[in-house]
Amino acid sequence: MNNIRKQDIMSLLGCFVLFAVMQLLIMFEIIGPFWELNIVLIGINIILSVSLNLINGYTGQFSIGHAGFLAVGAYTGAIITVKLGLPFELALIVGTLCAGLLGFLIGLPTLRLNGDYLAIATLGLGEIIRICILNIEYVGGASGLMGIPRETNFAWVFWVGIFVIFFIKNFINSAPGRSCLAIRENEIAAETMGIDTTKYKVMAFTIGAAFAGTAGVLFSHYFYIAHPASFTFMRSFDILTMVVLGGLGSMSGAITGAVLLTGISAFLAEYPEWRMVIYSITLIVLMLYRPQGLFGNKELSLKMFKLGGDNSGRTAEGK
Amino acid sequence: MEELLKVNNVSMVFGGLRAVSNFSMEINKGELIGLIGPNGAGKTTAFNMLTGVYEPTEGTITFEGNLVNGKKPYQVTAMGMARTFQNIRLFSELSVIDNVKIAYNMHVQYSLPEAIWRFGRYFNEEEEITNKAMSLLKIFKLDGKADEQAKNLPYGEQRRLEIARAMATQPKLLLLDEPAAGMNPQETHELMEMIRWIRDEFKLSILLIEHDMSLVMNVCERIYVLEYGFCIANGVPEEIKNNKRVIEAYLGEEVS
Repeated sequence: MNNIRKQDIMSLLGCFVLFAVMQLLIMFEIIGPFWELNIVLIGINIILSVSLNLINGYTGQFSIGHAGFLAVGAYTGAIITVKLGLPFELALIVGTLCAGLLGFLIGLPTLRLNGDYLAIATLGLGEIIRICILNIEYVGGASGLMGIPRETNFAWVFWVGIFVIFFIKNFINSAPGRSCLAIRENEIAAETMGIDTTKYKVMAFTIGAAFAGTAGVLFSHYFYIAHPASFTFMRSFDILTMVVLGGLGSMSGAITGAVLLTGISAFLAEYPEWRMVIYSITLIVLMLYRPQGLFGNKELSLKMFKLGGDNSGRTAEGK
Repeated sequence: MEELLKVNNVSMVFGGLRAVSNFSMEINKGELIGLIGPNGAGKTTAFNMLTGVYEPTEGTITFEGNLVNGKKPYQVTAMGMARTFQNIRLFSELSVIDNVKIAYNMHVQYSLPEAIWRFGRYFNEEEEITNKAMSLLKIFKLDGKADEQAKNLPYGEQRRLEIARAMATQPKLLLLDEPAAGMNPQETHELMEMIRWIRDEFKLSILLIEHDMSLVMNVCERIYVLEYGFCIANGVPEEIKNNKRVIEAYLGEEVS
């Protein structure tokens, strides 16, 4: 078991090094403002895809309303800082909690559905949230909530992202996490093994929604504005695409998917007319040759590169 | 003998169909009971009522004096009943050992924060679960395949894993739904030995649905026979073998 703790400390050290390098590159302006913006966006998208992966990939509940929770986080965060003049840290916490609470309330009734029905219900709920915001004058209605201070920077996004990744990784490697995996694999068998399936489905949904809220707070405090048009169902599909592309049920996959797709978008920013074409072709090719996503449901590990060392279906670190 | 499970005049009605009518049964501690009947006789429906998948339309089921009616399957499992399925339902993408570990989750004490921040009871309990799961796999001769994905096991081993997984919930009554389905005579024989051995080793009761007559007659101490949802006979294997109605149900009426 000490191995696991050592592994955690090593990966944290790795994160520190990565952070230091990135931060220096940004400080000495080797990474320009355009790429800095995109790196922050990548970070936010990683939080989103990793949290959606908890719902869709690990628990197997097909939710496509993630942009709704992103919006809730973005707006509650903005209300805290702009309307109430309270600090950004508080906004992060309140935004997370509000999105989580909403996820809990929405999860209770909708998670009784499964498959396509759940997808449609969550799609609808995401839209309901957006339409509600659109009609609330207090938060600016259709013109959006403006004048949000830029509090988010690379450091914030990086460390919050690491926090979310560690949180979900540890969750999946614990008894509640294994219950979620069991629900994905076979709900009837899971219930027969003494797992309260509703409880764990709602738990995963709430955690996923809460972190989408965190991403929302970071998002609105980087781009100065929270606008309903940023939270349409197209945004939900964006996040879903990242998760599916990386491989449902793989943490490494969700991260890679977010980096890759956000990166491609950024690279193609100079050729706006080709952007969507190349983006779509990438997706088609990937789905043709790797329908299970880049990683399948495996995790990136040294084992993968060993000859015949197939990383078995065991949760990442069960030794 | 102490009574474990009591089924009292239970019926299950689906619309106009009475799948099970006025079925009664008792299981005492340590007994090995068989439930047989032709196809469509309502055996699996009876199983589903016992395990909380269906709520009986009439009658009551009590387990150690507690009412089972209206309980959800996971609550029934917590009471001490575990089952396997006719069509194997493993967590097929997960490893063999994770399949068993999931069945221990019910008994896990550590809280969510302890799991996520990894302090307190987390490490000790995780280690304990892994050890327990490993020793259970050893009993079922699956320890060599602990890291394989469940779906890659051969059929007979998948059946064994399903029983191992059910045993991990620490049941007092184990319900096996056609455990010998799809097995060859050699495997069936091994299974028979195993069922008897489980009962003696873990000191529990077993209820078994089966089509394989030799298995049922050899292993069960008492047998209930269902036909068209009615219980047409019950008793020791010898009585059942010579019961006229049972023979009719299985072989058809004699032409006079």
